[in-house]
Amino acid sequence: MARVVVDVMLKSEILDPQGEAVLGALPRLGVTDVASVRIGKRVEIEFDDSARSVEEQSRVIADQLLANPVIENFTISIDSPNGAA
Amino acid sequence: MTARIGIVTFPGSLDDRDAARAVHLAGGEPVALWHDDAQIYGVDAVYLPGGFSYGDALRSGAIARFSQVMDTIKAAAAQGMPVLGVCNGFQVLCESHMLPGALTRNAHLRYRSRPQRLRVETGRTAWTNAFPDGAEVLIPVKHGEGRYVADEATLDELEAAGRVVFRYLDNPNGSMRDIAGVSNEAGNVVGLMPHPEHAVEALIGPSTDGLGVVASVLAHLSEGAAR
Repeated sequence: MARVVVDVMLKSEILDPQGEAVLGALPRLGVTDVASVRIGKRVEIEFDDSARSVEEQSRVIADQLLANPVIENFTISIDSPNGAA
Repeated sequence: MTARIGIVTFPGSLDDRDAARAVHLAGGEPVALWHDDAQIYGVDAVYLPGGFSYGDALRSGAIARFSQVMDTIKAAAAQGMPVLGVCNGFQVLCESHMLPGALTRNAHLRYRSRPQRLRVETGRTAWTNAFPDGAEVLIPVKHGEGRYVADEATLDELEAAGRVVFRYLDNPNGSMRDIAGVSNEAGNVVGLMPHPEHAVEALIGPSTDGLGVVASVLAHLSEGAAR
């Protein structure tokens, strides 16, 4: 079964208020040497055993649905290519 | 003839009934449309209401974009049919690529619900022609993800083309350049975060300025009919 992981991150120029809120909480943990925190999404997709063109389909899913290209970038990694698992 | 304004109900829409009442009070005929029905029953314009379509799963508006009714609305808008997106409706229009930019978490991470002062930057859209350019209005906002963002080139282009339709007078969410609403190039598609349908009656709203938005599209449609 092909397992694909898509990571979606806000583009670097887009403000990430959630990341900033986490950054702001770190001193309360005693952690004071962190410069920046950015929060994104990890999406795990499992294709059917019979699925073809897994990479191509993953790209369509990531580009047209999982990420909004106006504000987000994505990376795709294929954990176990079709037939290998 | 009374103009028929379609109002779409998505799973999770909240303001569809308020929008219908606003249309009725302004003298139009509200027509209920359903997300899972590709038919729009010959309506003259469409109002996409606020709420949390599909529970805001993934991103606000991201799933609604793929609903049956949106394909039809997108095609009709390309032919000039007026479409208004309010709050979640604005998010749906951006996710559908019918308007540029995106709406992200409020910069301060807080939900904002309050009457909001706005400037109507242009009366040259189907949904604002009843307002003089620069008119100040008071219309409620209520959202957690209303911070308008786009790249600098897009923002410059919107400004130059007069497509920034509404601007906050005291920015409630960190939107770039205080943008509260924008239009497409033709001016028939407009999206804004504040809720005109919540400012239509003195008893329960902070003003009746929202009526002007519906009155605008009614005037726009009757002009078209007279031509």
